Amino acid sequence: MPLSLLIAIILIIGVVGYVLGRRRAMASAGGDSRGLHSLPVYYGSNVLLSVLVPAFAFIIIALIVIPLYIDTHVSAMITEADIGEGSSLGLVMAEVRRVAEGLDNAVAMGAISDEMARNAGANASDMAQRLRDAGQVITGEVTGNILAAAQEYRATSKILHVGMIVMALVIALGGFAFGYRRTEKDFRARNVVERVILAILIAAASVAILTTIGIILSLIFNTIEFFRIYPFTEFFFGLNWSPSFSGRGGSSELGFVPLLWGTLYISFIALSVAVPIGLFAAVYLSEYASPRVRSVAKPALEVLAGIPTIVYGLFALLTIGPMLTTVFGRDGLGWMGGASSVMTAGLVMGIMLIPFVSSLSDDIINAVPQAMRDGSLGLGATKSETIKQVILPAALPGIVGAILLAASRAIGETMIVVMGAGAAARLSLNPFEAMTTVTAKIVSQLTGDSDFSSPEALVAFALGMSLFVITLGMNILALHIVQKYREQYD
Amino acid sequence: MTDATAPMGADVPKKARKSSLYGTDDRTKKRNAAEKRFQMYGIAAIGIGIFFLVILLVSIVRSGVPAFTQTFIEVPVYLNEEVLDPNGNRDPDDLRRVSTFGYAPLIDQAIFNQVQQTEGLTTTLEDASDMRKMVSASAPAILRDYVLANPDEIGETVDFRILAASRVDGYMKDRVTRESVARDKNIDAAHLDLVDQLVEAGTIKREFNWDFITGADASENRPEQAGIGVAMIGSFFMMLVVLVLSLPIGVAASIYLEEFAPKNRFTDLIEVNISNLAAVPSIVFGILGLAVFIQFAHLPQSAPLVGGLVLTLMTLPTIIISTRASLKAVPPSIRDAALGVGASKMQAVFHHVLPLAAPGILTGTIIGLAQALGETAPLLLIGMVGYIATNYPEGIASGFLDPNSSMPAQIYEWSKRADPAYYERAWGGIIILLLFLMTMNIIAIILRRRFERRW
Repeated sequence: MPLSLLIAIILIIGVVGYVLGRRRAMASAGGDSRGLHSLPVYYGSNVLLSVLVPAFAFIIIALIVIPLYIDTHVSAMITEADIGEGSSLGLVMAEVRRVAEGLDNAVAMGAISDEMARNAGANASDMAQRLRDAGQVITGEVTGNILAAAQEYRATSKILHVGMIVMALVIALGGFAFGYRRTEKDFRARNVVERVILAILIAAASVAILTTIGIILSLIFNTIEFFRIYPFTEFFFGLNWSPSFSGRGGSSELGFVPLLWGTLYISFIALSVAVPIGLFAAVYLSEYASPRVRSVAKPALEVLAGIPTIVYGLFALLTIGPMLTTVFGRDGLGWMGGASSVMTAGLVMGIMLIPFVSSLSDDIINAVPQAMRDGSLGLGATKSETIKQVILPAALPGIVGAILLAASRAIGETMIVVMGAGAAARLSLNPFEAMTTVTAKIVSQLTGDSDFSSPEALVAFALGMSLFVITLGMNILALHIVQKYREQYD
Repeated sequence: MTDATAPMGADVPKKARKSSLYGTDDRTKKRNAAEKRFQMYGIAAIGIGIFFLVILLVSIVRSGVPAFTQTFIEVPVYLNEEVLDPNGNRDPDDLRRVSTFGYAPLIDQAIFNQVQQTEGLTTTLEDASDMRKMVSASAPAILRDYVLANPDEIGETVDFRILAASRVDGYMKDRVTRESVARDKNIDAAHLDLVDQLVEAGTIKREFNWDFITGADASENRPEQAGIGVAMIGSFFMMLVVLVLSLPIGVAASIYLEEFAPKNRFTDLIEVNISNLAAVPSIVFGILGLAVFIQFAHLPQSAPLVGGLVLTLMTLPTIIISTRASLKAVPPSIRDAALGVGASKMQAVFHHVLPLAAPGILTGTIIGLAQALGETAPLLLIGMVGYIATNYPEGIASGFLDPNSSMPAQIYEWSKRADPAYYERAWGGIIILLLFLMTMNIIAIILRRRFERRW
């Protein structure tokens, strides 16, 4: 039975429960709703919730636990001999899953019979051939043990799934009976229902915590795994980045420094474009511009913020890069090798950050009390003197916070650097050379690879961890500065 | 503190004696000039910002619009029965046995006939097989599909619109020049001469390219056939997941935090988490999706369901922040009035506050969705690139679970391919993506203008 059908059945039980619960409550009050403790709706909802909440909670837990159980159960059957040279338990298990799925599909297509699929004595190579004939994707070599594991996998997952369905239905019906029996006119249905709803609200709010925990756990486990096979010091202090995918282990040099350098360099260029432009734009918009100019210019700048980064990436790759090459490339000044460079990515990222800096600074400048302006102007200062000597110093902590936020954005930006900055990690000062960043390397180390056992793939998690820690630190610092400043004038 | 009061030395009164009260002295002139300059900096900054915006939009439109037209060769094709149906029984299985290699010569011959029949046409190409370089490699497959769908037309001559090769298309769009052709083995100058003459004769035409909007991605060397339609479906299913999950969870979380949460460590923790998650780089969400959904939960790679889950986690903070703002905007008097007539707190929130905040919540949700629609980086990690999205999903379940791409991922994929014809497609894809985003933002603005109440 597919999951959607199970959910539909539980929903139907719930709806029936709603109707019956409501009816029972009304009957217990003699058909007059004034005799009830709560509105009739709540009696119905009570039954509905006591059907749905436990049943769905069970299904969610079961869907998480069952695959874990099956995996540990089946992977115990895999011996050292099955894991060939250059392979890993994860890869073999993926093969087992593929074979099991292939058996399911082949049975569904009628290519082999169910008995044949379950036959423990079946010849492995013969079965693999049959599966391939049925159009199933079997990549590796199917040994007898793998086939047995796949059959075991099928059998356990079938039993457990049937068990889950039966249990879910039992729980739903049990919830129905429980809710229905409690329904009578003095039952405080509203209080119960509201408490359940509150619990659901709290659960929803906890998703944010779960996400953070998920991020931290997924980074930490894989990072620890990485440092187990690659020395800690060589990662953080290594000056070379040259991963090799062909030779396993040893030959790769995975130094963090050149990536960090590329990231910081590009962010620096981006900020030196975005901060002056954004700041001056914000000052002009908040202090000089007439309402009409403001109503046109502000949204126009903010359009830049709404454009997806893939567009900026393509802009860097196909417009700004070639444009810079015509000036600084071989035909021009000869500083630039190809279209992708630190300058290309930095410039485009700077454009992207202009509205970010300007709208944050705009808010902060507007928060400076009018009395300070009036005081300065009253003493005879010109407007620009007021801005330079009164408003900007007063707004400085907020502006620093805004710049920090922009910097953390720049460090975490991915698409622009993937498309515009190049792929080679370099420690160089020339801004027209191609360099690469932490985010770009995370993408290139993890795309198209589902095997996470080599240091070349695991390093991406260590990079992600560093990225997460750096940006988190900057954000917390920035929010702290901004908040501290805001409290001053509120 | 200002310059005006700083130098109270002896020279100020001296200067003041020289100048009249109505004239401006040097110092004032300098200060006024500084004022002007400062203002100019501001104008320049805004000018630069808008200048960049204009360059960006112009380069998008200029490079992307050509993707919406495509070059076709319109010729009558004789569907030779001897080739296509040697048994003459129109049996579908027999027809299917003829591969595209059987169809290609028919097309070559058809174009060659057309060339010979057109008057005043001179060409050095003497052979029917020379025509093949002008035709897309996928044209035989398209013709084959047509014949399989209409077996009765075998043996007849059918007017057919044949997809031209990408070089011919590029020549029509000035992407391919005669200089570049000299080094290109895919097409010769003689072909371009022929193309010029056929355009004049009306056989080769540039027409609006619906296939780009509705079609599927194509392999590396067939850019003329690639479309963004399937990726659009992938994006659609992802947005469905995002909407279905992030709206209820986001609204529920905001209601709790804004209306019920006591001030304690737990709610502080949630608050801190939400504001931090809003600023976590999107690529980190990709790592989360890869580790949790694919590595740990073994959900299928490249599936819109997984993409949707990742984007949901990413947009939740945005939706929560905007929902809380619109809940906060509902004045406390509404709650007090509801509580005063005997509603419970839950009833006051769900019956009165929530409906009043709904337009704001909707606006925030649409903006969050627009953000999710344009997001690429996390999708790269869960494998929504590198896959050639050739088939439409067969149903709702396969729409969620089968490998697919998404619009931004498809654009990224095209931008990586070697053939410059794909760059044009990438820009065209961006136009479509931006049109979607624009529509969503306009809907959000209209909603805000029409329904949002100021208390």
